[in-house]
Amino acid sequence: MAKLEAGTPMEMQRARPLSPHLQIYRPMLTMMMSIVHRITGSALYIGMLLLAWWLIAAASGPNAYANVEWFMGSLIGQLVLFGYTWALLHHMLGGIRHLIWDTIHGFEPAERELLTLATLTGSIALTLILWVVGYLVMGGPR
Amino acid sequence: MTESQSMRTPLRRVRGLGSAHSGTNHFWYQRVTSVAGIPLTIGLLVIITALLGRSHAAVVQILGSPIVAIIMLLFIINTAYHMWIGMQEIILDYVHDDRWKLLSLMANTFFVFGVSLASIYAILKLSFGV
Repeated sequence: MAKLEAGTPMEMQRARPLSPHLQIYRPMLTMMMSIVHRITGSALYIGMLLLAWWLIAAASGPNAYANVEWFMGSLIGQLVLFGYTWALLHHMLGGIRHLIWDTIHGFEPAERELLTLATLTGSIALTLILWVVGYLVMGGPR
Repeated sequence: MTESQSMRTPLRRVRGLGSAHSGTNHFWYQRVTSVAGIPLTIGLLVIITALLGRSHAAVVQILGSPIVAIIMLLFIINTAYHMWIGMQEIILDYVHDDRWKLLSLMANTFFVFGVSLASIYAILKLSFGV
């Protein structure tokens, strides 16, 4: 039955009621963080190119490595790296949240709000701490 | 609901893999790689922070040292599998046209293999220094 209907052209199908979709619901934090988990995952996917570029340049020689250093040190490069750091930490903390949920814990309204909020604030805080540490490693204020 | 009425062969039922032919394999390995990814990501961040601002010669020496190279290789292999499953899931959720779906699933495999093998090659070259 279902197979037959899948094969019928669109205009021949009856208009069926749609289940409530994204724009019907009031945006909630858990829902937004679920979407952000996918977006950060996709960004990290593309961002693996940066890691590959850095490693290949290091393996290629000083000139290639100097090009990477120049790009990473530029304003755009720094913004990309800052965003990448946050995406990585947010995806990691979001992943931990999902692993906790996999154990069927933390589903009460207050608990899930807390976990979600902790993901967001934790990722921002860790990103800032890491960049301050990185700044100090680089030699601090010059 | 008796056994005799089922269209499934006993082998099919005992394998329990369902219509996708691979059961919950991807679901499980996405969890395995996410657990492994936590210490490996921390390792990657420590390594990168330690390499900030160092000369090319120093970076080559540190990235090629056994412990650092092994952590980097584990991170890349683990991440490659994790991101391959993740992007496949996104494609299956949002791309409904059969042609585009197959093409994007292929592109996902090509991208993951290309990027991860390039990274692995670079680390091995740094380690064995040919």
